[in-house]
Amino acid sequence: MAFASFNEFIAMGGHAPYVWAAWGVTAALLVAVVLHARAERRLLLRNLQRRARREDRQGVNPGGMAGVSHQTGGDRHDT
Amino acid sequence: MWAFINKLRSPKWFYAISAKLQPFFWVAAAGLILTGTVWGLAFAPADYQQGNSFRIIYVHVPAAFLAQSIFVSMAVAGLVYMVWKIKIADMAAAMMAPLGAAMTFVSLFSGAVWGVPTWGTWWMWDARLTSMLILLFLYLGVIALRGAFTSRDSASRAASVLAMVGVINIPIIKYSVDWWYTLHQPATFTITGRAAMPMEMWAPLLIMVLGFYSFFIALTLMRTRSEILRRESNKRWVRDLAGEMR
Repeated sequence: MAFASFNEFIAMGGHAPYVWAAWGVTAALLVAVVLHARAERRLLLRNLQRRARREDRQGVNPGGMAGVSHQTGGDRHDT
Repeated sequence: MWAFINKLRSPKWFYAISAKLQPFFWVAAAGLILTGTVWGLAFAPADYQQGNSFRIIYVHVPAAFLAQSIFVSMAVAGLVYMVWKIKIADMAAAMMAPLGAAMTFVSLFSGAVWGVPTWGTWWMWDARLTSMLILLFLYLGVIALRGAFTSRDSASRAASVLAMVGVINIPIIKYSVDWWYTLHQPATFTITGRAAMPMEMWAPLLIMVLGFYSFFIALTLMRTRSEILRRESNKRWVRDLAGEMR
C-alpha cells in the first residue's frame, strides 16, 4: 500500500484534481460505452420481436415470404 | 483454409461463435481492469519525481495504445472489406470507430491533465500531441463519412478508404517522439525493450493495457452482433432468432 490512510489516498499527495479527473473521465467513458452497447442490443432485439409478432398476427409465413413483403420497410440506414 | 475464410464471411456463423467468445473477453476485461486499477492507484509506489500524478499513466497509456490499435484494426478491416467483400469486416470497422474516438479523447484529456503538474502546461503543439489530435479528427471523419451516404455500400467504401489512407498517421504518432523531440517523452513502455520502470510500476500498467484490449475485443464482438441484427434483419435466420426469443 502506497498510502497510510484513506484520506491520504484521496488527496494523492496534492495531485488529487489531476489524478481523479483523468481516472474519472476514463471510467465514465468506459461505462457509457458499455451502457450504450447494451441499450443498442436491447432495442434491436425488441424491434425484431415486435416485427415477428406483427407478422404472426398478419399471418405472414415467417421467412417464407421474406424479401418480398419486408424489404420495403426494412434495412434502414441507421447507424 | 478457404473453408475457414468462407465461414468468416457468414454473419450467421460469426453471430454464433462470437456469442461463445464474448463472455471470456468480458470477464478478462473486468478482472484485468479492476486488478490494474487497485494496484495502480493504491499499491504502486509514487514516482520519485512526479509523486502521485504519475498514476495517470495507468489510464493514459492503455487508452493511447487502444486509440492507435483500433485505427489500425479499422484500416485492416477496410482492406479486407474492399478486397474480399467480407461484410463482417465492414460491420466490425463501423462498430469500433466510436470506441477508438473515445480512447483518443481519453488519451488527450488524461495527457492534458497530467501535463499541468508535470510540464506546467496542458497543451503544446508538440508532434505527439498534434498527431494524436489529428487521429481524433480522423476518427470523427470516418464516423461522419459513414453517416453521410444514403447507400450503405458507398458509405462502407468511403469509410474503408479513409481508414486505409488515415492509417499513415499511426507510424507518425509512434515515431513523433523520436523525430521531433520537444515535449512528450519517448516510449516508457515497450513490449520488447527493457522496462524503464521498476516492476511494481509496470506490472499494473501491463495489466491495464491487456484489460483495455480485452474490453475492446469484447465490445466489438457485442456491437458487431448488434450490427448483424440491424443489417441482416431480413434474413431468415435472424427472423427465426426473433421468433425463438418470444
